[in-house]
Parts: sequence; structure tokens; C-alpha cells
Amino acid sequence: MRNVGVIIKKQLKDTIKNKTVLIQFIMFPVMTLVMENAIHIKDMPENFFTKLFAVMYMGMAPLTAVASIISEEKEKNTLRVLMMANVKPWEYLAGVGIYVWTLCMAGAGIMATGLPSEQIPFFLGIMAAGFAISIAIGACIGVFSSNQMVATSLFMPVMLVFSFAPMLAMFNDKIEKVAGIFYTQQLRILMNQMSFDGIKTETVLVTAINALLGLVLFFIAFKKKGLE
Amino acid sequence: MIKAKGIYKSFADKKVLSGIDLDIKPGTIFGLLGPSGAGKTTLIKIITGQLGFDSGEVVVFGKSADELNGTDKKKIGIMMDNHGIYDRLSCTDNLKIFADIYGVDHKKIDETLRKVGLAESAKKPAMKLSKGMRARLQLARVLMIEPKILFLDEPTSGLDPMTMKYIHKLITEQRDKSCTIFLTTHNMEEATVLCDEVALLNEGKIIDRGAPHEICRKYNHQKKINIHLKSGEDIELEDGAKSADKIFSLMEQGRIETIHSSEPTLETVFIELTGRKLEEEEKYA
Repeated sequence: MRNVGVIIKKQLKDTIKNKTVLIQFIMFPVMTLVMENAIHIKDMPENFFTKLFAVMYMGMAPLTAVASIISEEKEKNTLRVLMMANVKPWEYLAGVGIYVWTLCMAGAGIMATGLPSEQIPFFLGIMAAGFAISIAIGACIGVFSSNQMVATSLFMPVMLVFSFAPMLAMFNDKIEKVAGIFYTQQLRILMNQMSFDGIKTETVLVTAINALLGLVLFFIAFKKKGLE
Repeated sequence: MIKAKGIYKSFADKKVLSGIDLDIKPGTIFGLLGPSGAGKTTLIKIITGQLGFDSGEVVVFGKSADELNGTDKKKIGIMMDNHGIYDRLSCTDNLKIFADIYGVDHKKIDETLRKVGLAESAKKPAMKLSKGMRARLQLARVLMIEPKILFLDEPTSGLDPMTMKYIHKLITEQRDKSCTIFLTTHNMEEATVLCDEVALLNEGKIIDRGAPHEICRKYNHQKKINIHLKSGEDIELEDGAKSADKIFSLMEQGRIETIHSSEPTLETVFIELTGRKLEEEEKYA
């Protein structure tokens, strides 16, 4: 377990100096605060920007961050050096996963400041689940990619689909139907309800299948490519 | 300290190592010499447990390589030729990561950076270091853990002569502390200066082994004596009784500037050995 802590500490130091990854964590929370405070349109649903950006944040930040971190370490051979130092693959992946999840949760905490206090635990619960699924998908891409260029070409379309589909679904019925198969859309629906009452089986089922698929794909990628 | 017996390794249909036997004594510098693609890095990866092999046996610290536990692995330092440095982190932070993994006291970091001549660059991000400085940082990472066995894969490849000399000094210091060093290089001069024993690897096979000077003597077919006179003239004499009178005469006259036997270098031995093979391959081509 000590090595998991070492990886988290290393990531923390590295991210402060890595603007491309750092911006992923702070962009949406900052945008949420600015938009919620600056734009007030008549008949606009309450906390509209918080919920909109929260879903985009959930589908974008953890996925790109994890894929970028793992693929960069592979490309620069630092991952191999860690493995040679007897860091186990699960320790490395757990370290990166916990680190990204924690930073994303901190970002979600900032986004939640505009919500009524009784909705905050529910909101954070949804975000926590969404981040976990995105991390599994990001890890899958990171493990599969041999370098950052391959990772970017893979995570870019995946990330765009997961983060933008729920937003586009608000304006188009056909897209809404297609987007329904993604966990981000289902969690957006849940976020609009902000309550466990009337929660649909479809929401639970789709989210669970997405999570399962993410994990299965991750294990396939890990078995095929490992962390080399 | 390190033993290997009959190691075979293939990638798809390509045989990379064919029947490698090694017996490396503790506290010595062993050099594995060979051109790029000879199988040097593959052999290091096999011995250090990073790569499996088709058949054979590897014994490190008296244990089979796949039985090495975490404590054993912490006594092994590995420096590969691909850098593996965190570019955005400072030299100190780079070392801190590995100090934490190996459970090394942080006080050792400054001490090691001083030892490799990077004390003044301790706070500098690694991306701002020169190639030679990065190599020293890599070496610092493995020296910090005070390994019992040190694997160095092309440690001075592409470095300037000054840095190379500095790294040689650090390597011999480790040997003097009873560390066993396994070095791969294609720099034959480096091997002659540093190694107690070398093995010449070509196309996955060890073609000869021994102390560098022994190998050079073994392949000394010419048996000539080269004399450089103060007048600037060079004389080459047969090594035998016939030349003795001539040498004595020159010595009496005080005309000799330098005199030495004409043993081949490791490089010429290697070319001689592998050159023959290449010619054979061309015949079949």
C-alpha cells in the first residue's frame, strides 16, 4: 500500500507542473462558478449550468487525465522504471485512479457549492459513480496505447461522445434516444431528478452495464498489453 | 552472484538468445559486449525478471530469478539506456519517488546528488538537464539504494568523454564497495578499462569470454613489437630472439621513444570473430 501513496504523491507534484492535465481538473468547476453567477435567464432551470457542466466534467476530465498520465509514462519509460523498482501494476493503477478520482471529487465539490445543501450528497454520489466509470475507460485507453499520440486519437472521440451526447440530447429527440445507452446521459437524468424517488430501472441497468463494459475492456487491454 | 545456464529466447520465429551461460562473481564488473541487436538488453531483462525465457535457468542471490522476493529485488539496481526520468520534476523530486519506494532515508538524496555532481542542479526540472546530467541522474537513482547488484545497460551511450570518465569513476567506486556490476556496452574501450571479465555476444551467442587483456592476448596472432624512435621513425619487429639484438642496440643508443607489443584491442578481436561469420552469411545469401 505504501507504493500507492508514493504514486499519489508523485502525481500530485507532477500535475501542478503539467498544465494540460491540470486544466482538465479546474476548467469545468471554474466555468460552472462563472456561468452560474454571471448568466441569469428567465425560465432557465435551476442550477442549469452546474448540471450541464457536471455531466461534461464527469465524461471528460477523469477519462482524458488517466489516459494521458498512463500513456505519457509508457512513452517516457518512467512506467517501466517503476515496474523495475518492484511497484506492482495494481499499485500504480490504484495510485493514479485514486489520485484522479480525488481531484475530480474536489472539483465536483466546488461545482456543488451553488446547489441546495440537501442536494449536495446526492450530486456528489452521482459524480463519484460517473468518475469511477470514466476512470476505468481512461485506464483502458491508457493501457492500450503505447504513446500519448495514440492515446489522444483514442480518447478524443470517446470523450466527446460521453461528454457531449447528454448536452445534445437536450435539443434533439433522436440523439436523446441514442444517448440513452451512455452512463453520462443516464446520470444526467438522475441529476435532474436529484432524488432516489422514481429512479428508473433503465438508469441503473445502463449505468451498471457501462461500468461493467469499462471494467471488462480494461482487463482485456491489461491482459493484452500489460503496463509495458 | 549471477548464474545463467542454457538460456534460450525467441521472439516469434527469431532466435534472440541461444544457450547463454554466465557465472558472474561477486564484487566484479562483468561486461556483455556486442553490437546493437545482439541480445544484450534482452539478457538483462531476463536476468532481472522483466522478461520470460524459453528454456534455461537464471540464479540470482542463490535463488531462481522467478523466486526473487521484494527484499531481493530492492538490492538490485537497474539503469536502462532509455531514460525514464520525470521531466517536469526536479532532480530531488525524481529521487524522492524512488527513495520512498525503496524505503531510503531522504538524507541520502542530497548525498547522492553530490556524489554524481548534480548538487547544484538539485532543484532544476529534469527537462532542463543536459544528456550527460540526465545520465548521472539516472545513475544517482540506482546508486541511492546501495545495490548489491547493478545492471547498467549502455550507461555512457552518446555521452561526452568527460561525463563518460565521471561515470566510469562512479562505477568502479561501486565495485570497490563489493557491488557486482553487469554492464552492457558496444564501446570496447570502455569495457577494457572497466571490466574484470567480458563476454562477446553476437547474434544471441557468446562467442568468447574472459578478462579483456586475456582475450586480447589470445587473439594476438601477429606477435609483433612496435617501436617508435625519437627520430619519428616507426619500426615493427617480430617477437622473437632475432629481434632481441636489434632492440638492445636501439636501447643502448638511447633512440627509443616508445616500445610496445601489438596485442589487438577488444574491438579488433570482435571484428575478427564476427567478421568471419558475416562473410559466411554472405556466402549463403
